[in-house]
Amino acid sequence: MRWLADVHVALRSGIADPEGQTIAGGLRALGHLTVDEVRAGKLLRIRFEAADAAAAEAAVSDMVRRLLANPVMEEAWWEVRSDVAAPVPERIG
Amino acid sequence: MTTPRVAVVVFPGTWSDRDFLDVADSLGWAARAVWHTETRLDAIDAVALPGGFAHGDHLRAGAIARFSPVMRAVSDFAAQGGPVIGSCNGFQILSEAGLLPGALLRNDHLEFRCAWQWLRVDAATGPFLGTMRDADLIRLPISHGEGRYYADEATLDDLEASGRVVLRYTDADGRAVAEANPNGSMRSIAGIVNERGNILGLMPHPERAADPETGGTDGLAFFRALDAWLARQPARAERRL
Repeated sequence: MRWLADVHVALRSGIADPEGQTIAGGLRALGHLTVDEVRAGKLLRIRFEAADAAAAEAAVSDMVRRLLANPVMEEAWWEVRSDVAAPVPERIG
Repeated sequence: MTTPRVAVVVFPGTWSDRDFLDVADSLGWAARAVWHTETRLDAIDAVALPGGFAHGDHLRAGAIARFSPVMRAVSDFAAQGGPVIGSCNGFQILSEAGLLPGALLRNDHLEFRCAWQWLRVDAATGPFLGTMRDADLIRLPISHGEGRYYADEATLDDLEASGRVVLRYTDADGRAVAEANPNGSMRSIAGIVNERGNILGLMPHPERAADPETGGTDGLAFFRALDAWLARQPARAERRL
């Protein structure tokens, strides 16, 4: 089965996020005066194959733990769903 | 005294390898560039992980480089007590590889900062600082966008208590004040060593301050210290891999 994981990575709370602070200032400058915090991060959209939902979840957990986030300063959370929209590769020959 | 043999590791995107090699040449050392896919370091006395943008710094600076085949050999060499210096991107790689604690985050002002920087030597020990003196002030170039040293408070306290914060960003009078901190590093930390003291990570570039034509020669002290340290080692051949 094809799966699609959206992995979000951001600095752990409590660690200064100057990019988020700058964006928050920009939003306030646009008149969104109630914005008191923005935390910036990144989205990693991963398409992959796994036998079932449990295997897909385990695979993503392993990816995050071993590469995608550095636990010294980052936290990560993710959603895994069936990748029904993925194009089916055509077989040639 | 024999000629120091230094492996200068080159990843795709490394750019300070030539600086290390040039300094080694000028000192008459036997330095060799080692491509990141090599799995052996052979007979060497020290390893340098230079600055740059290994693997494009994608995901996080140093995150991909730590999986390069050469890093296993570097780790084995370090585990035997071999001296390893990582400057700038090399520091980021060492921290991502878990060879040094903490992490290097984006500069607090979000700018890439390229400037000369005063530093205070806070622990003049080990293979790269052993010939300096505590409280020495040196001036080295910095050139980075992600040099904000971060570690949790317990790790920072442990580093300080064990004398492993070896370099701090200061002003010209040696004061580690906020205005002299070029990137927002916690406790103005510019360089640290591992528990054993043989691995040094620092954001400044000693290899770019070894020729008067580049504006300063304070970086030569790190090379002289290594030379002196190696000369004191009784059994260099035993560290061959």
